[in-house]
Amino acid sequence: MTGSICVFAEQWRGSISEATYEALALGREVADALGVQLTAILTGSNARELAQTLGAADLVVYVDHPLLAETLPQPTAEALAQVLQDRRPRAFIVPLTNVSLGVGTLLALRLGTAGINFCKDVRIAGGRLQAVCVMYGGKIEATVEAAGEPVVLGLWPGARPAEKGRSSRSPVVEEATVSLRDSPVLLRRYVEAEAGDVDLTKQDVLVAVGRGIQSKDNLGLAEDLAKSLGGAVAGSRPVIDQGWLPLSRQVGKSGLSVKPKLYVALGISGAPEHVEGMKDSALIVAVNSDPRAPIFNVAHYGIVADVLETIPVLTAAIEAKRAVARHA
Amino acid sequence: MTSATLILWLLTLAAFGLFGARVFRYVKVLLAARPEKRWDHPWKRLQLVIVNVLGQRRLLEEPVSGAAHLLIFWAFVFYAASFFWNLVHGLFPFLPIPSADEVSWVRAALAAFGVLGLAALAVAAARRYFFPPPRLEKSRDAGIILALIAMVLLSCLAGQWYRASNPAVSRAMWWVHMATVLGFLAYLPYSKHLHLLASPFGVFFASLEPGRVPEASAGAARREDFTWRQLFSGLACAECGRCDRACPAFNSGFALSPKMLMHHMKELVRGEGAGPDGAGLAGLIKREEIWACTSCLACMHRCPVMNEHVPVLVELRRRLLGEGDMDKSLQESLKNLTRYGNSFGAPPRARPKWTQQLDFHIKDARKEPVHYLWFVGDYASFDPRLAPVTCAAARVFRKAGLDFGILYESEQNSGNDVRLAGEEGLYETLRDKNRNVFAKAHYEEIVTTDPHSFHILKHEYMPMNGGQPVLHHTQLLSQMVLSGELPIKHKLRMRVTYHDPCYLGRYNAVFNAPRRVIEALGLKLVEMSQNRTYAYCCGAGGGRIWMEDPPVIIERPATTRIREAATLKDVRTLVVACPKDLVMFQDAIKTMGLEDRLEVKELSELVEQAMG
Amino acid sequence: MRILVLMKMAPDVVEELEIAPGGTALDLDYVRMILSESDDHALEQALLLKERHGATVTALALDAPEVDDALFTALAKGADRAVKIAGLDAGFPTSQAARAMSQAIAQVPGLSPADLILTGVQAIDDLDGLIAPMVAHALDLPYLGIVTRLSLDASGRTALATKEYPGGVRGEFEVKLPAVLGIQAAEKPPRYVPVAKVRAAMKTQKIDSAPASLPADGGCAAAQVVEMKRNEPAGHAEMLDGDPESVSDKLCGILTGHGLL
Ligand SMILES: Cc1cc2nc3c(=O)[nH]c(=O)nc-3n(C[C@H](O)[C@H](O)[C@H](O)COP(=O)(O)OP(=O)(O)OC[C@H]3O[C@@H](n4cnc5c(N)ncnc54)[C@H](O)[C@@H]3O)c2cc1C
Ligand code: SF4
Ligand code: SF4
Repeated sequence: MTGSICVFAEQWRGSISEATYEALALGREVADALGVQLTAILTGSNARELAQTLGAADLVVYVDHPLLAETLPQPTAEALAQVLQDRRPRAFIVPLTNVSLGVGTLLALRLGTAGINFCKDVRIAGGRLQAVCVMYGGKIEATVEAAGEPVVLGLWPGARPAEKGRSSRSPVVEEATVSLRDSPVLLRRYVEAEAGDVDLTKQDVLVAVGRGIQSKDNLGLAEDLAKSLGGAVAGSRPVIDQGWLPLSRQVGKSGLSVKPKLYVALGISGAPEHVEGMKDSALIVAVNSDPRAPIFNVAHYGIVADVLETIPVLTAAIEAKRAVARHA
Repeated sequence: MTSATLILWLLTLAAFGLFGARVFRYVKVLLAARPEKRWDHPWKRLQLVIVNVLGQRRLLEEPVSGAAHLLIFWAFVFYAASFFWNLVHGLFPFLPIPSADEVSWVRAALAAFGVLGLAALAVAAARRYFFPPPRLEKSRDAGIILALIAMVLLSCLAGQWYRASNPAVSRAMWWVHMATVLGFLAYLPYSKHLHLLASPFGVFFASLEPGRVPEASAGAARREDFTWRQLFSGLACAECGRCDRACPAFNSGFALSPKMLMHHMKELVRGEGAGPDGAGLAGLIKREEIWACTSCLACMHRCPVMNEHVPVLVELRRRLLGEGDMDKSLQESLKNLTRYGNSFGAPPRARPKWTQQLDFHIKDARKEPVHYLWFVGDYASFDPRLAPVTCAAARVFRKAGLDFGILYESEQNSGNDVRLAGEEGLYETLRDKNRNVFAKAHYEEIVTTDPHSFHILKHEYMPMNGGQPVLHHTQLLSQMVLSGELPIKHKLRMRVTYHDPCYLGRYNAVFNAPRRVIEALGLKLVEMSQNRTYAYCCGAGGGRIWMEDPPVIIERPATTRIREAATLKDVRTLVVACPKDLVMFQDAIKTMGLEDRLEVKELSELVEQAMG
Repeated sequence: MRILVLMKMAPDVVEELEIAPGGTALDLDYVRMILSESDDHALEQALLLKERHGATVTALALDAPEVDDALFTALAKGADRAVKIAGLDAGFPTSQAARAMSQAIAQVPGLSPADLILTGVQAIDDLDGLIAPMVAHALDLPYLGIVTRLSLDASGRTALATKEYPGGVRGEFEVKLPAVLGIQAAEKPPRYVPVAKVRAAMKTQKIDSAPASLPADGGCAAAQVVEMKRNEPAGHAEMLDGDPESVSDKLCGILTGHGLL
């Protein structure tokens, strides 16, 4: 494990997160390029069987402790530090997700090494590790080097496709023990997402329709697409005004401001009042029949086409892709 | 002293006692309120009274009920005079004067006014009970008053009728008449018809600059935080509903009723609804009402007693703002204005970005002297939909050979709507920043394409800043039409209609300039029925453009306006002279699916077209 | 109850960002600073707790351009005291900020013991780590981040904090006080305070100043920026051409690349 690339395998509510597989995919590339091992460290309580899904790593170290059932930042960082104490990796990758936020910073402090946040990629330059970081709300890209190793890297989701980090191989699993003091922070319970109409601001994917959808009957198309992407349908004001969607689905100045990972704008012209509510989305894809529609000025990808034609084909293509992924 | 005289004395003292006690309470409350100077320009104020009280100009804007009211009013005046005459005669029988009905011409006049007054009452009653205008409330109070007036007139007429034939009946009628009038007097301060007495004062003490934002204050949280004239509005209000009928917020189904607002003022003065000292103000006037106003001034233009709704609302908004009780998007806009000087949250450096679409350079008025300093305004600068329109104005100015420049990134929002949203401190900051830039620039006149900025620059900025004239671009264009300097190549033969922006029309009475330009372009202007001071607001003013629409709505104001424009025969173009109007109306046209029927054009676009 | 709010100014990304000539940092002459968004929420949450439970709120910030504005605004909103730590070099990294704050908490009279230390969950320039866990580590206090709701029990010794998880799930945590919490969002959006009130605060209140005192050694190893460049704003979408099938395939590829499929 010493000198390896190490990934924190994040488990939450009984399964390994997508972000972990993405981190493994990146870790695998880096480890291979350096010719070193890829290790995953999994923490949990009675969760040893999850290690089996981490076949992308050469070695999985599993740490069992009742306090590690949930990823509480302080006990988790302490456990990781104890495991890494005398087998120091070159880099330790922690997914930047809500589950493990804070773990990376604490671990770096505990190890007395550098932490680098906001990484979207890792490069090797002259044998040294360099992190490519997206900071200042995405406006600046910085290449960052740590003064020493190990370096703790916080990795944005989406660095690599998660599929690449999945493997059917059975990894070698080792168990490590740690001693932890009582945690002053304890989980009482989880509260599930509220029922009722979806909360647009909490969705990762939004499929938004504008007047280009033409009639309420066509809304089903958008719903199918949203379902295939695992998201919800939103609308511009005219669509809400027509009563095709409830007010809770309106995006924009007089509706909600949203920042999903993916915003698909179908037949929306991109009026400022609308754009105001969605411009901070991580990825924006627009479909509009008018090549000069202003929505293309904020979208990352644009398609000039009739939405009614495009949506079904796109939905089918996504379904197909998903089916392949499931069987792989 | 005869027993009759004694009884009359007792009745009179009782009536005046009751009357005086109530009036005294009102006066006490008004004296405790914030001061406001309303004694200046007495001659102007007297003129207001002559036109609006004696002449009843605003009432006559609704001809049928107005004429009826005019008659009742004059009948009332005449009867009141003769009553006092009779009263003096009755109380001091030893005085060597005849009683009123012993003078033949007075008798004739009383009879004439009596009959006409009764007829008018019949009209009023018929209107009230058979053809009520929308949302006119039929209160018991109004019924009592109508009946009392009828009784006063009838008893007097009957007294006349039986004067010769049956003096006993005539005498009895005299008593009925006197007792009714005294009863009326005692009842008056307790009823909504207090306006009979209060409204002439309301008119006399009216604002000579209607719509002027009140002096900086922390806002109204209690009764004493209002000025006395603001509270007095409640007493002067006749609850006629003219303000409601004109109000875009009310007609859209938003929570606001300007009439109820004035009623709340009355409740405050009376110590009703908000506790005896008016401390429960917050519960009395809801935040939704307070935020719904577009500051269009339609209410104040219609109100026959010259009440001032907008200043009252501004005081209330100031308080809400201090408590942070406002809409999220307004909050966001104010934050942006504080930080970036514009509501868009755009970097100041992006302000002149629209000029990149021009093929010439606009002078930087901060660096070189210009004749016209063009204050562009936020919407025209930042809204991408308006960039083509703003560019059209720039090209028109250039083709007309004007020496003009802009302030580039140093211009800040003028603060008009910020101020009406109740954020006086931010307005002052913005104003001072703009003034500092103005002070460094060399220019002869200011021209602006934005009516809201026009209003505040003209009335609030300039007097302290060298006093250069401020023009709206329609005025500048109109001047050029008159002097023959506007180079028009071909006439546009179209039928168009025109929307008067609130801040150009009602606030500043600029009605003819845009119309002159429209006609000079060869356009045939077809007026909407609500034009000039009657123009129906687009709904964007007073900071409303930064706020969310209230959920329960009948129809947005802009939609109502477009519906009106769309009924005009063979008119396919709505001409506007305000950037916000363009945004609001284009949106309404889209919402209504009327793109094939109507388009919105800023006047500059048409001028450019005509210049060829 | 004593609440401390740690505030940090961060570059305002609404304005254009320029890279300094060396190519490894922002040009600070160009940058305008603004209170880090989640710090503003932390302040709001503190004020809400003050209104609910009664507390004194102290805002502690590192000196930076426009920080006085932010601190006077905090006072105008209802904070009881404002303290500014002066003397750090411009462009200090987050780890240094955290150390200066931890030192100040220990040394400036009246700051400790605090029952609750709130700060924003993360700032857009937290390149070498987050403030909240760093301060918690330095002061040996409990830490929790991504808090979106916060209440105190009757004894005032335990906080009930709600942390946000993916998919709208929330976790309710018991946190023994004193503790350091990273606030993602206050229960209500940060209040607007009228300019007149800020001006009044400037006239009638003052900001305490304390010198930064950093331990001589660098603490933990630093991260070095070797290159910085602007992520050019797209300005215009990359257009995908072709028949519906090929466009859909291209798009699927892109979505997969972003980890969305
Ligand atoms: C004060 C105010 C507040 C507002 N608040 C909001 C708000 O909160 N949210 C909001 O969304 N809007 C809001 N608006 C309205 C906003 O200005 C726009 O009118 C609205 O966003 C337009 O919606 P749209 O893009 O769906 O419709 P349109 O602008 O009509 O655009 C329809 C688009 O669909 C395209 N299209 C048509 N047919 C097809 C097809 N077959 N295939 C592909 N494309 C097609 C067209 O090219 C066009 O670009 C507000 C406006 C105002 C004035
Ligand atoms: S100013 Fe206009 S919107 Fe406001 S109350 Fe008067 S009429 Fe209504
Ligand atoms: S405020 Fe004026 S217009 Fe409105 S109801 Fe009263 S008197 Fe009539």
